[in-house]
Amino acid sequence: MTKILNIEQLGKTYKSGTKEISVLEDISFSIEEGETFSIVGPSGSGKTTLLGLCAGLDQPNSGTVNLCGSELSTMNEDSRALLRNQNVGFVFQDFQLLPTLTALENVVVPLELQGVKKAAETGMELLDKVGLADRFHHYPSQLSGGEQQRVAVARAFSNNPLILFADEPTGNLDATTGEKIVELLFNLNKERGTTLVIVTHDLELAQKTQTILKLKGGKIVAKEKGIA
Amino acid sequence: MIAKKTKSKARFSWLFNMAWRDGKASGKKLGLFMASIVLGIAAVVSIQSFGVNLKENIALQSKSLMGTDFKLDSDDAPNERILTVLDSLGGADGREISFPSMVSFKEKEGTKLVQVRGIEGDFPFYGTLETNPPDAASRYVEEGGALLDATVMLQLNLKPGDSINIGKITLPITGALVSIPGSTAIFSAVAPPVVLSYDFIDETELVQMGSRVKYDFYFVADETLDLRKLRTDLRPILQQENYGIDTHVSSSERLGRRFDNFGKFLNLVAFIALLLGCVGIASAIHIYIKEKLKAVAILKCLGATKRQTFFIYLLQIAGIGLLGGIIGTGLGLLLQQLFPLFLGDLLPVDVEITFSTQVIFMGILLGVFMSVLFALYPLMNTLYVSPLQALRVQEGISEKSRIAGTLVLLGIFGFIFLFSYWLLGEVRYSLAFVAGILVTFAILAGIAHLFMRAIKRFFPTHWGFIARQSLLNLFRPQNQTLILILAIGVGTFLISTLYFTKDVLLAQASIENQANTPNMILLDVQSDQQKAVEALISDSDLKVIENMPIVTMRLHAINDKTINEMRKDSVQTIDRWMLNHEFRVSYRNALSVSETLVKGEWDTAYNEGQAIPISISDNMVRDAGLDVGDDVYFNVQGVIMHTRVTSVREVDWSQMQMNFMVVFPEGVLENAPQFRVITAQTTDAAASAQIQQAIVKAFPNITIIDIRQVLAVVEGLLEKISWLINFMAFFSIFTGIIVLLGAVRTSKYQRIRESVLLRTLGAQSRQILKITALEYLYLGVLGSLSGILLSLAGSQLLAWLVFETPFVPSWVPFLLLLPGITLLVLGIGLSNSVSVIKSPPLEVLRKEGS
Repeated sequence: MTKILNIEQLGKTYKSGTKEISVLEDISFSIEEGETFSIVGPSGSGKTTLLGLCAGLDQPNSGTVNLCGSELSTMNEDSRALLRNQNVGFVFQDFQLLPTLTALENVVVPLELQGVKKAAETGMELLDKVGLADRFHHYPSQLSGGEQQRVAVARAFSNNPLILFADEPTGNLDATTGEKIVELLFNLNKERGTTLVIVTHDLELAQKTQTILKLKGGKIVAKEKGIA
Repeated sequence: MIAKKTKSKARFSWLFNMAWRDGKASGKKLGLFMASIVLGIAAVVSIQSFGVNLKENIALQSKSLMGTDFKLDSDDAPNERILTVLDSLGGADGREISFPSMVSFKEKEGTKLVQVRGIEGDFPFYGTLETNPPDAASRYVEEGGALLDATVMLQLNLKPGDSINIGKITLPITGALVSIPGSTAIFSAVAPPVVLSYDFIDETELVQMGSRVKYDFYFVADETLDLRKLRTDLRPILQQENYGIDTHVSSSERLGRRFDNFGKFLNLVAFIALLLGCVGIASAIHIYIKEKLKAVAILKCLGATKRQTFFIYLLQIAGIGLLGGIIGTGLGLLLQQLFPLFLGDLLPVDVEITFSTQVIFMGILLGVFMSVLFALYPLMNTLYVSPLQALRVQEGISEKSRIAGTLVLLGIFGFIFLFSYWLLGEVRYSLAFVAGILVTFAILAGIAHLFMRAIKRFFPTHWGFIARQSLLNLFRPQNQTLILILAIGVGTFLISTLYFTKDVLLAQASIENQANTPNMILLDVQSDQQKAVEALISDSDLKVIENMPIVTMRLHAINDKTINEMRKDSVQTIDRWMLNHEFRVSYRNALSVSETLVKGEWDTAYNEGQAIPISISDNMVRDAGLDVGDDVYFNVQGVIMHTRVTSVREVDWSQMQMNFMVVFPEGVLENAPQFRVITAQTTDAAASAQIQQAIVKAFPNITIIDIRQVLAVVEGLLEKISWLINFMAFFSIFTGIIVLLGAVRTSKYQRIRESVLLRTLGAQSRQILKITALEYLYLGVLGSLSGILLSLAGSQLLAWLVFETPFVPSWVPFLLLLPGITLLVLGIGLSNSVSVIKSPPLEVLRKEGS
């Protein structure tokens, strides 16, 4: 199997006044193509920071991140953006749909960035897959939380990513809706072979992934196999 | 394993799509930004377009404006040399003698200062002599009558057939003179024209010593004649005889330039309105982009590059600018149709409005350019926002590049400078304009900052909750204090400056309540008439203020160079007007109240055979390069007099009394041909009318200037011009209101959340309204008061430094503008809270949240 994400001795610090606060320290792990992977830990353990670094949204202070064969530290912000556009999908806790675009317009943004010509057709297919084909012209404010997250999932898969990062995907949803979203994520992972990286504090959700990375105080405390 | 691409494949059209999609959903917010630019562009375009139309119309109608192809003119009767020139030109096609004089009417009481125009030939050769009845223009010569200004006929209730007394003759009035080429409304307002046959001039016996007579010789030229060349060829010869040549082309160019200056001033007022709109845009885009940063972070997460996200919003702004430019240009083109209504007969021609492509392009481009330029600084934030913001709220956004920020600011000021240079055409005026804008904005911004700091520092903790909360709102994060004070302040500043400047100008000319200041000037009093005139005035219980002798003379030589040599010298530094000027000189042994000695000594001792000591005014030092010790030779009606400058006087020309550039000592000019000027003070308009009538009856050659009437005319003119200026200032105020609306709207969501939270915690509608009302009351009062005081300070400086006159400021800005604008701000602010008061908290939160 090929490594799609390889992290080596990753470290991240933030400045708080004159003090330097270490958020992540000496993190190393790798994820195989098609694998389902979860990062768990209590609040403030550095989960979201790690996700941001893995996806090239931020730069580490030490260590390296190799995503989809590219060494992120050697790339500028725009190159990292291109890499994300071609290979990465995102699902956020608070959906992060663009409020001024309709459901369909939100889904097709990654495709349009790639210059795909029949983006709308693909977008409609994906909306149909998440059960929202009839709501394609609705704005995010006209959709419920669960519906918004389904649009976000459709968008995350629209560019057919090699890897999908999900930050607390069920955090803002009720249990039933949350379950449906998780099912959607895992089904698409199976169908398309997309690597799934989930950041969560929900151990039940984490158990559904093949590998669970446990963080505490910015350090890896365990790496376990999930039930899946 | 993965194909690496180095460039985004998204086409440029996608950026347009995204800009359109996002803009569509933000329509309401962007609509207000656009309104700011629309008004500014409309103001600039209306003035520009009208200016172009006026210039074109003046050029097109140049012949009918002047009534002839070219003319020779002078204050002197033609001598042999001039008669030769006239012959060489094939003889004049028409001629005219004109002079100001008093006239009276047989059927009506009262006298009037008029401009008598004795015309021979078919003048005007172009354009029309418009009269009422229309055939009066062709009948007045053969019937031996006169045409009298239509306004005077109306004022004095005269009708055709009534009689007019001009000097020694009485003529029937053939008709009312509506318009005549070559006469301006401004001059006609002071001395309305009376047209009569040239043959009657001698009979009037009004052309006497000291009369300000003008001689015009009119010519109709062949189409092939090069008028410019003719002017260049004849000018040197004519100048030697104190004659001038004026062609219809140069005359219309001069007229165009005169209106250009006024146009430049209005353009600046319009430009300020546009700048105010741009400040509104910058502020609104700042808030708008702040709200969009999350979306930018999401787009970056999804793979959009820095440049792409920047361009999405740049295109949006440019689009709004384009639309604003188009609408503003359209509005401006429509509005210019109103200008002839405001200016009326001040315009020299009937302006036919056409649409200039150049102005249309300028308006549209200006809309795009100004929007983009002023949005660039806040727009730069999109470049520096991290995609990590999509995952978590980051408190500190990466700092903007200082160099880029400085470049944008330099670009803004550079553009303001270049645009004002384009309008004004002089570097120092443009620099002064930019400096003025900077100072005004800096002072207002300083006041806003000081106000906020003062509240923070001396916060009245013991005040009640409502008062404290309203004060807290003024310096909370994302407050609108700075932008509101700028918008209100600049608008108020402009309007009140217009009022104060008018006050300064009127104070400058005003004579009311000044003891010993004359309000009537009697010109052309012959030496043998002076005693009788003085007696007539004293008998009417009125006061003679001054009785001065006047001797006319021209410059003959300065030091060892004659005036004719100076005319030929292309590098001479003396101002041209000096060379042909007929100086009206007085003689006395003491300084007058309006004079101060600044150099040399006041020398009155004259010994036969020596140079005559004279005193000159400071403007002669500047314009003729003269100084103490210089020898000046004057031609006093054929006699050359050798004088020497012994002193320089600073003269306050604004004082309502007779002032002189050259003063001789007593004992030199007493025997020279001379006339007198008598000034007097009359108690009221009735007394003034009575004495004028008596003087005109006894001495028809005397011209009387009633300063009260002149002031009334000046006030009328200012009133007309101020209508237009007020109209332009209205754009600034209206733009200010739009900016205000925009600023209030952008903070609406935040305010509503706070208000709803207060309501949830139990605050009553009344309390919430009070908090909002107080906040806008502080802003309204501070903004408008700052604007008014700033304008008062500016006008005071203008009065002290330029006009050197104290002025009493108008009460209008304080009593009308201050409460008016404050109420407006209050109204807009409170209308914002209505939705909060009317709806339940949860509903408002849901609605506003979406």
